[in-house]
Amino acid sequence: MGTASSMLTQYDIEEVQEHCNNLFSQQEIVSLYQRFCQLDRNAKGFISSDEFLSVPEFAMNPLSQRLLKMVDGINFKDFVAFLSAFSTKATAHHKIELIFKVYDSDRNGKVSFKDILEVLKDLSGPFMSDEQREQVLSQVLKEAGYTKESSLTLDDFIKVLGQSELKMDVEIPVD
Amino acid sequence: MRKNNPKSQSTELELDQPNIEDYLPDGHPIHQEPRGKLRLCDLLDISPTLSEAAGAIVDDSFLRCFKSIPSEPWNWNVYLFPLWCFGVVVRYFVLFPARVLLLSFGWMIFLSAFIPVHLLLKRDNNLRKNIEVFFVASWTGVVKYHGPRPSMRPKQVFVANHTSMIDFIVLEQMTAFAVIMQKHPGWVGLLQNTILESVGCIWFNRTEAKDREIVARKLREHVQGADNNPLLIFPEGTCVNNHYSVMFKKGAFELGCTVCPVAIKYNKIFVDAFWNSRKQSFTKHLLQLMTSWAVVCDVWYLEPQNQKPGETSIEFAERVREIISQRAGLKMVPWDGYLKYSRPSPKLKEGKQRDFADLVLRRLEEK
Repeated sequence: MGTASSMLTQYDIEEVQEHCNNLFSQQEIVSLYQRFCQLDRNAKGFISSDEFLSVPEFAMNPLSQRLLKMVDGINFKDFVAFLSAFSTKATAHHKIELIFKVYDSDRNGKVSFKDILEVLKDLSGPFMSDEQREQVLSQVLKEAGYTKESSLTLDDFIKVLGQSELKMDVEIPVD
Repeated sequence: MRKNNPKSQSTELELDQPNIEDYLPDGHPIHQEPRGKLRLCDLLDISPTLSEAAGAIVDDSFLRCFKSIPSEPWNWNVYLFPLWCFGVVVRYFVLFPARVLLLSFGWMIFLSAFIPVHLLLKRDNNLRKNIEVFFVASWTGVVKYHGPRPSMRPKQVFVANHTSMIDFIVLEQMTAFAVIMQKHPGWVGLLQNTILESVGCIWFNRTEAKDREIVARKLREHVQGADNNPLLIFPEGTCVNNHYSVMFKKGAFELGCTVCPVAIKYNKIFVDAFWNSRKQSFTKHLLQLMTSWAVVCDVWYLEPQNQKPGETSIEFAERVREIISQRAGLKMVPWDGYLKYSRPSPKLKEGKQRDFADLVLRRLEEK
């Protein structure tokens, strides 16, 4: 697939569509490609962290650093695959999987008490103390039937989050 | 109290009708405040924050301001293509050489008069005006001025929206302004140092941190001076693509002067006058203008505004921005233009963090 060209062939589009399990329409993929080219300033074929951070709305997101670890140096195919979790056609399972990946930064398949605390720290910043965060987390974990020592797996996440309606859809602007 | 503003992801990004009162985009929370006891699923559910991040990756209102919006290609069939080819020949081989000649001619006259005059006198407005006429003619500028031009008085500044360096030349053509400009490298810098100096321009450097105070002082001094040229300021601080306007910096609005808004709108049918400083150098931009058919623009002089009692400088700046944006058909966007060159301050992130922390702690109280 052409890395530096700003033209996508039909073949390329189909390949990308397959890679993201048809969660985006071909028009959406073309739009995403235009956006990719806009972010990838010197047409290297991938987007660096710095280029992601040039979007102020992204830079001011509390989870931006965590997400950057997942998308730094991402090429177009993976870019689309990453965003496919936000497609309206994506299943709840797919979305929860992405949420799990954000928590599980060391990729060992388990989310520990410490991992959740880290994410809470990103989200609340200087407005909650470490003690407050620990206290809140221990309390809700206990009520859900877990302990401080439990490690949550993807199945646990599905069990906990599967009930609530996840509002995790992003519309791709198509001209 | 925070407003309860349920908004879906897509409308959150369409800041075409932004909340002008909220300067920081964290003014509107994106999800409804949930009620009830805090449970594990509430803590683990980071989907709203993730959606905001993904939404920003997919489309954001800031980069939109600096995107060169290409016009639809119209030369796509057998009949129109030869016409377009003919047009290209005319533009590059007839118009362009003619303009270069005209410009060189103008420069020769100007320099032969300017250099001796410059060495003898402090400033000469008429000559400078002449060179500008040549400049504008060199790309066949068709400028239509509307509205009564405010009479020149002391304690008055002019503000305008910014699309390209030629904004200044378009406005200079009619009135002698002193402008505040970013120091540029290369031949433009040379021009700035020699010719523009005679008009009484003020320089600034975006990259210097202490610069702001120095510039503020220079502005004040200039405005106090009785026989200085009226000051022209572009409060956006950077070139925007003439479809949007970014936040105005308040520097121009805290000088205690009357502010005369000027709106500039370029007609894109002939050429896109937006100088995308990331994509092309000024020289290339100038060449693009000179090989086009014409630069057509409208300039509106709007009613001079004064700071209302009880109005802060920021509110004053935004009010004038609205007047200009409405006249020129620009969509307002709540971003600081300087974000083009630097990262947003951590304060913006803190707003969201504070909201989250408040929410968690409050729900913890509820039993």
